[in-house]
Amino acid sequence: MNLLLVVTAAFLCACGTYLVLSRHLSRVIIGIGLLGHGVNVLLVLSGGDGGRPAFVGGDGGPVADPLPQALVLTAIVITFGVIAFLLALAYRSWRVTGNDEVEDDVEDRRIAREAHQGEPEAST
Amino acid sequence: MLFGLIALHAAAGLVVLVGARRLGRWGFVVGGTAPLAAALVALASAGAVLDGRSTTQRAGWVPQLGLTLDLRLDAFALLMVALVSGIGTLVFAYAWHYFAGSAYAGRAAGLLTLFAGSMLGVVLADNLLVLYGFWELTSITSYLLIGLHDDDRDARDGALHALLVTGLGGLAMLGGFVLLGHAAGTLQLSALLADPPSGGVVPVALVLVLLGAFTKSAQYPFHSWLPRAMVAPTPISAYLHSAAMVKAGVYLVARFAPAFADVGPWRPLVVGVGLVTMVAGGLRALRPFDLKQLLAFGTISQLGFLVVLFGLGRPEATAAACALLLAHALFKAALFMVVGIVDHAAHTRDLRRLPLLGAGWRATRAVALVSAASMAAIPPLAGFVAKEKAYAALVHGDATDRAILAVLVVGSMLTVAYSARFAAALWRPDLLVVPSEPRTTLDAGPRHGILAPALVLASATALLGLWPATWSRLVDGAANSLDPAAHAHLELWHGFNATLALSAITLAGGALIFALRRPVSALQARLAPRRSGVDAYDASVRGVLRGAGWVTSVVQSGSLPVYAGIILATAALAPLLAMVSGAWWPGWPDAIGRAGQIPAAGMLVAGATAATVATRRFAAALLLGVVGYGMALLFVVQGAPDLALTQFAVETLSVVVFLLVLRRLPDRFERESQPLLGRAARLAVSALVGVWVAVGAIAFSGARTAAPVSEEMVARSLPEGYGENVVNVILVDIRGLDTMGEITVLVAAGIGIAALARAGRPPRPRPERRSIREHREEVGA
Repeated sequence: MNLLLVVTAAFLCACGTYLVLSRHLSRVIIGIGLLGHGVNVLLVLSGGDGGRPAFVGGDGGPVADPLPQALVLTAIVITFGVIAFLLALAYRSWRVTGNDEVEDDVEDRRIAREAHQGEPEAST
Repeated sequence: MLFGLIALHAAAGLVVLVGARRLGRWGFVVGGTAPLAAALVALASAGAVLDGRSTTQRAGWVPQLGLTLDLRLDAFALLMVALVSGIGTLVFAYAWHYFAGSAYAGRAAGLLTLFAGSMLGVVLADNLLVLYGFWELTSITSYLLIGLHDDDRDARDGALHALLVTGLGGLAMLGGFVLLGHAAGTLQLSALLADPPSGGVVPVALVLVLLGAFTKSAQYPFHSWLPRAMVAPTPISAYLHSAAMVKAGVYLVARFAPAFADVGPWRPLVVGVGLVTMVAGGLRALRPFDLKQLLAFGTISQLGFLVVLFGLGRPEATAAACALLLAHALFKAALFMVVGIVDHAAHTRDLRRLPLLGAGWRATRAVALVSAASMAAIPPLAGFVAKEKAYAALVHGDATDRAILAVLVVGSMLTVAYSARFAAALWRPDLLVVPSEPRTTLDAGPRHGILAPALVLASATALLGLWPATWSRLVDGAANSLDPAAHAHLELWHGFNATLALSAITLAGGALIFALRRPVSALQARLAPRRSGVDAYDASVRGVLRGAGWVTSVVQSGSLPVYAGIILATAALAPLLAMVSGAWWPGWPDAIGRAGQIPAAGMLVAGATAATVATRRFAAALLLGVVGYGMALLFVVQGAPDLALTQFAVETLSVVVFLLVLRRLPDRFERESQPLLGRAARLAVSALVGVWVAVGAIAFSGARTAAPVSEEMVARSLPEGYGENVVNVILVDIRGLDTMGEITVLVAAGIGIAALARAGRPPRPRPERRSIREHREEVGA
């Protein structure tokens, strides 16, 4: 545990969050990538200050904690899957609308408008 | 045997529903076998049950949770089965005639059978949750039955009204049952009532249970669904809304009262609600021109009477209530049947258009007269015997009892008045209202056989009145099974006493109200509340819909950034707020760990900053790759070569995929259209998340107390996993299934990507939003 990596992880997560809150799908995807990296730094941190690679045998000195490493490995691969899928969505969005902007849900806006006008839908 | 009866109802009902089209009204014959069988079984076991040997059957359901399907036939249940299945059989016979030529006959028969089975389940259940299950089944089947004519908007609205009110009451009741079961340590009804729990939650639980009973039995202020449910075909009204379903609430009050009547809120609540219902329902029954509405408000009034008597929880009142329960079902079902018969022949049940009934209607009018007279408690009919008993239970009591009795007498006077009104409608309708056009005369009597069930009921009313010994034992046993101290001895003639005097006063008062019907109705029209119960219901439904619209407009903005912002801010803020209290701060960690971490951290921070502020898509994607390679560097420093290799490979692949897609999109990020979430809010949420990550990382690492599980993993890696690389052993051995799931996720993502990439229409080029390639092609040309 050291402050440098704590701050790095926090910074990566903050940058990722900022991008995730964008309307551009490609920015959101990059933000998710950054969030993934930030969380991976956290996982690595939880394994302590590191050490020799976790192999059995050798000189018997302290080895790095293998469990966070296994978790990070899983996380890397899954993040990649998510990013690839989101990119496919962005591609599809471009095919359909000509850009990758995530627009507001039209139906939700209509409901909100009606609620403000005080005219709920009929009960049956 | 008891299980078999319920299963028979379910099977017969489903068979009839499936073959509804083909069976038509024969469905009533097929379905009717089930209540007939139940009635016969009840008759056969009556002797043993009335001797105090109740039949109990149980089957495990989820025995680990104490959930058992307990059914119990004691004497009170026997009385209820007589109503549900005995009168049920007669209603099926009546419906066979009523639904002749109706396209709805098959469906009505199937649903009515299922309803009869559910109702049988309610009165036989000896487990609170089983009781609740059947209770809700009666609500659902009654919803479908009220809305039988599903192309009629009134029918649908009435059905929904009934379902919402009784369903919500049922939910409250479930809450009460759970609390009671928890307090008593058992869900078995008979055990709970034999040894009632006490304590803080019991009054709350009882109020909840009573909410269920009041809504089901149409007590004020929840009564308005019952008159509205009269849109249902008359056999359904006769069964559900006089004899069976509305008695479920009364049944519950009857079961609970002896054990719980002394608990704080019970008596004031139950007796108060019952008295109000009896008087208000009686007053309302004097007003409608629709005969079914008149009977509906009369039913509400009588249910109030029953709730008062049972709710008192006193032996004499309980015994009287048992008698009244049976008497009411007999006369009210017969009256409904008569209205249906008249309605069928005259095509109206409106007092203002009702024809004069001629010679062919003598038997029908006799049935109506006997039943209405029993409702008015005129000797020597069953209703009189029961009401005498009720008066006798209270006449010797204290001041409170006398006050209750006075209200009951007033309510009974109103009952006499509306009974007279009903009888007059069939004998001399011009007494009530003189229509502008002269009434026609209807000479041809009702269709052959349709009167038979009502005739049976009216004969029973007369027989039970003239010869009380026939049902004295049944009522005695039923009351006795509710309250061991309760005994009933029914007699027609008790001699000249206070009770008889009260009965005479009641009849005289009722006759007076009927004689003064014109001034009374003028007064009622003046004093009637402007808003009816239906208006209140409609207003509350509208209010719920408006509230739902408002909540939706607030929480469902439709904007992805807003949703993501709220989720992330909550995820960060909730634990941070929780950490405000408590000593969790482990102290500052070291500033820097290994020297090699410094360049890695620098690469990460610089790459992330640049990727965030980049205005070109390509640049942003490449900078994300820089961060990835920085991660790989960090993994090398931390002693994780597997991770470094994986990260390196994946990051390279990611960049390639990014570039493949991004080349289609514009080079720069356009300005966002109408950002609901401004830049300041985005920055605030991001800062919050960053703070939470930092604080959380320090706090959680300081909170660690146990030895890491990975030490054992290292130790067992070689001997059990046959691998020297511990990370590999964890992935493919220790967490093998997890890795398997991960591969599945990747495969699913791959399939999704392939589908998304190949599907769809060809691109629609827009002049203002062209792809880079198009732009280039244009420039190149």
